[in-house]
Amino acid sequence: MRRVVVTGLGLVTPLGGDVETTWKNILASKSGAGPITHFDASDQKCRIACEVKPTDHEYGFDPSKRVDHKVQRQVDPFIIYGIDAAGQAIEDAGLTDMDETTRLRAGVSIGSGIGGLPGIESESLVLHEKGPGRVSPHFVHGRLINLISGQVSIKYGLMGPNHAVVTACSTGAHSIGDAARMIRDDDADIMLAGGAEATICPIGIAGFAQARALSTAFNDQPEKASRPYDKDRDGFVMGEGSGVVVLEEYEHAKRRGAKIYAEVVGYGLSGDAYHVTAPHPEGSGGYRSMEMALKKSGLQPSDIDYINAHGTSTPLGDELELGAVRRLFGNAIGTVSMSSTKSAIGHLLGGAGAVESIFCILALRDQIVPPTLNLDNPSEGTAGVDLVPHKAKERSVRAVLNNSFGFGGTNASLIMKAV
Amino acid sequence: MSETADRVKKIVVEHLGVEADKVTEDASFIDDLGADSLDIVELVMAFEEEFGVEIPDDAAEKISTVKDAIDYIEQNKG
Repeated sequence: MRRVVVTGLGLVTPLGGDVETTWKNILASKSGAGPITHFDASDQKCRIACEVKPTDHEYGFDPSKRVDHKVQRQVDPFIIYGIDAAGQAIEDAGLTDMDETTRLRAGVSIGSGIGGLPGIESESLVLHEKGPGRVSPHFVHGRLINLISGQVSIKYGLMGPNHAVVTACSTGAHSIGDAARMIRDDDADIMLAGGAEATICPIGIAGFAQARALSTAFNDQPEKASRPYDKDRDGFVMGEGSGVVVLEEYEHAKRRGAKIYAEVVGYGLSGDAYHVTAPHPEGSGGYRSMEMALKKSGLQPSDIDYINAHGTSTPLGDELELGAVRRLFGNAIGTVSMSSTKSAIGHLLGGAGAVESIFCILALRDQIVPPTLNLDNPSEGTAGVDLVPHKAKERSVRAVLNNSFGFGGTNASLIMKAV
Repeated sequence: MSETADRVKKIVVEHLGVEADKVTEDASFIDDLGADSLDIVELVMAFEEEFGVEIPDDAAEKISTVKDAIDYIEQNKG
């Protein structure tokens, strides 16, 4: 069977415009949260978010590095983040000069949970105030979810599968899992896979706040708001950004002497079949997706050293996920470390699964697991589990598991290990 | 150079992300400045907004150079 490995990484996050800056800040227990600056949020219930920082910030993002000026003007930020992260991953993998034969077998699967919400919002106002003749001719293709994949394919000449997953907050994990299958099934030798999101706009914040999903109790202390597994958690903090990996068929990567970060060995998917926003009360969907990934990987729970949890900091979700992990892991729960990096960068929605899979890969590379910030008073039911409170922890990391669960009751789990 | 020409060129530079010295009056939006048909739609909208003129579709289709745009605006602005 064709094996699939990761040979390149790219990140745009609230803690950095690239992989190493983000990772350094994550390990230093920094928080990307702050008051919302993208718009005037003074009338919102939630007035905080983890925004990608401007170019002149210490760990800001420079959109002009990899995204053409004209494209920047025409598309929503989620597409800009996605193009940049994809470019980083291509550069990291040493694939900037692919010949045509290689590009015919190289594809893109970078999705998003929601797509261009800020642009849909602002252009609706243009329509309302100035009429249809003032709506941008770039409105549609500047907001569509599959337009990261489209833009990346055009920019780099990638002619293989061109795809985009839309599964809410599971998008990033599903993208990587599905793209790995495309390589395994011989549809491609190389796939750029990941997710992106940028919905920190009035209607995005209002919509999630009305769904009672966002934290609203920490508007004056943004850095304290995302606190997975803590007793005082009251909802997630919205993040934005993108994560993209280069997936490559193992022999292909070996032949060209590529640096290999990890092998994708397990992928599981399931549906809760329960409720549009609430997780199944027994966490059964998450359990089955992890179980499937584990079975595919051929590993035992005791082989998994780190879990990057979905752990959004919502009152319901965190403990249900932990309960499912506990049931699946049995005695191995005592040796695994499990943390939620959403405590630092917020919830990147459709980007989350990809960004967090990259953190898993970096944990494998550096033999260190990132912390869960703000875990001051762990909830009942968390006893006996290493949730890596406050500080990163050096430890042996042989295999990693990433969970992502989304609205609609969609679940994805990925398992990766060192080659 | 007329004030209209200055303002037209500024819009072109901003929308197409090209160097200002490339935006000569003879420059063709598509052949010299890298625009596609949708970019021209967007430019025409921006001209309409900036100068308060109406540029109907049949007139917009005839605008292919920077000079075409300047001339149309000079002749039709209020």
